[in-house]
Amino acid sequence: MRITTTVNGDRQDVDDVWEGESLLYVLRERMGLPGSKNACEQGECGSCTVYLDGTPVCACLVAAGQAQGRDVVTVEGLAPDTGQHDDLHPVQQAFLECGAVQCGFCTPGLLVASHDLLRRNPHPSDPEIREALAGNLCRCTGYEKILDAVRVAADKLDGAPA
Amino acid sequence: MDFLRPTSWAEALEAKAAHPGAVPIAGGTDVMVELNFDRHRPEALLDLNQVTELQQWAEDGTRIRLGAGVTYTRIIEELGDPLPGLAMASRTVGSPQIRNRGTVAGNLGAASPAGDAHPPLLATGAEIRVASTRGTRTLRAEDFYTGVKRNALEPDELIEAVVLEKAKGPQQFAKIGTRNAMVISVAAFAIALDPEAGTVGTGIGSAAPTPRRARDAETFLAGELAAHGLWETRGAIPDSLTREFGERVRRAASPIDDVRGTAAYRLHSLAVMARRTLGWAWADLQNDQRKAS
Ligand SMILES: Cc1cc2nc3c(=O)[nH]c(=O)nc-3n(C[C@H](O)[C@H](O)[C@H](O)COP(=O)(O)OP(=O)(O)OC[C@H]3O[C@@H](n4cnc5c(N)ncnc54)[C@H](O)[C@@H]3O)c2cc1C
Ligand code: FES
Ligand code: FES
Repeated sequence: MRITTTVNGDRQDVDDVWEGESLLYVLRERMGLPGSKNACEQGECGSCTVYLDGTPVCACLVAAGQAQGRDVVTVEGLAPDTGQHDDLHPVQQAFLECGAVQCGFCTPGLLVASHDLLRRNPHPSDPEIREALAGNLCRCTGYEKILDAVRVAADKLDGAPA
Repeated sequence: MDFLRPTSWAEALEAKAAHPGAVPIAGGTDVMVELNFDRHRPEALLDLNQVTELQQWAEDGTRIRLGAGVTYTRIIEELGDPLPGLAMASRTVGSPQIRNRGTVAGNLGAASPAGDAHPPLLATGAEIRVASTRGTRTLRAEDFYTGVKRNALEPDELIEAVVLEKAKGPQQFAKIGTRNAMVISVAAFAIALDPEAGTVGTGIGSAAPTPRRARDAETFLAGELAAHGLWETRGAIPDSLTREFGERVRRAASPIDDVRGTAAYRLHSLAVMARRTLGWAWADLQNDQRKAS
């Protein structure tokens, strides 16, 4: 079947999509957007987290056909597009600065989840950060640096010195 | 495989009648796991996301009619006051990403004995409205679960809505798991008190082939509270009563040993959860009275 969606602001048409495949597969294998990672394919790890009509979801659990006509934003679409290859969103900058990235497999999903948290709640408490990131597993960092990064990102977005 | 995308409820029912083998998909948080692991290859998927009628809830007198497509996140954000028990259980489901997609109707469709929505639905006497092109029928939650991962839906039927009374008193939910997020419950328990009617509702999860009520515990507790005049005075519940309530809840369960826990642990934890949730609910009732006076 053919799927038409808006991904990171651009209209995407893809053909020959199998009815049973996931949005994650379509993004990675058919649209050439490998930012969202496939680690578990069962909703447990959050590394495939994307926005679907502005709501963070596991792309591995959205059927491709359910994305028809909808708006998807992946980690590739978080940074403002100024044409520079290394443009980063403040949340991404904070992850780099804080050492919140090791192997990086969990990072795209954590970035989207953190981005969403700070959009809804610019000054989250530590329990609120933990709760918001409860669906994102990281096997490398031990999470402390990730919590640091979200706090630093909150300051950056606030315009306050990080 | 077909992908059916009805955009109205009438179309959805027609599609299901024409393709009884089509698997409905709402949030996909159960269905997609099956597909991704190739455990199941249905002849068609029937996407319910575009059926706008299903994505809404509405007040209907003393009741809330919860459309099949309303997500856990929306229940938590929008229905915490009228449906506190279901909202509490919703908060414990999976993770934010799962709650943003998952629905109570999906929980009912999957009919896992461990589904977290089931105990509050049982405790509050919720009704399930199901429909087909042949018509609509309403089932009590307790009649909906027919076996392990089996429910009362006919092949041509879809779940339209869950209808719940707005809370008439305190409701509580407790769940045992290995951590705070992303756990399938080892055992779960819900309680709902209706001080006006003098009734107690209960729901047990993960401790029998289907979610079930602890009927004997309900009538026992309601009767004893009445006999002690406690519904009126809202005085402290004697320990012996709380203990006996926990025992009777435990006796209503028939759990198995599995990877998540032993039957013995499930029975023990149910008695503990029954006592604790009763304590919390009763404290809520006492606080209400203090506020009112
Ligand atoms: C990582 C992860 C964590 C989870 N954690 C929990 C948890 O903590 N507690 C818990 O209870 N569950 C949990 N689940 C299971 C799942 O999220 C729930 O069962 C959820 O309620 C399913 O809802 P859904 O809308 O996603 O269902 P779907 O996957 O879309 O559907 C589930 C079933 O219901 C049927 N169905 C859906 N809508 C209808 C309808 N309107 N009419 C008829 N049939 C219908 C489908 O055909 C299917 O059989 C988890 C799942 C994942 C992947
Ligand atoms: S790959 Fe989707 S949650 Fe793990
Ligand atoms: S950095 Fe390796 S999984 Fe998180």
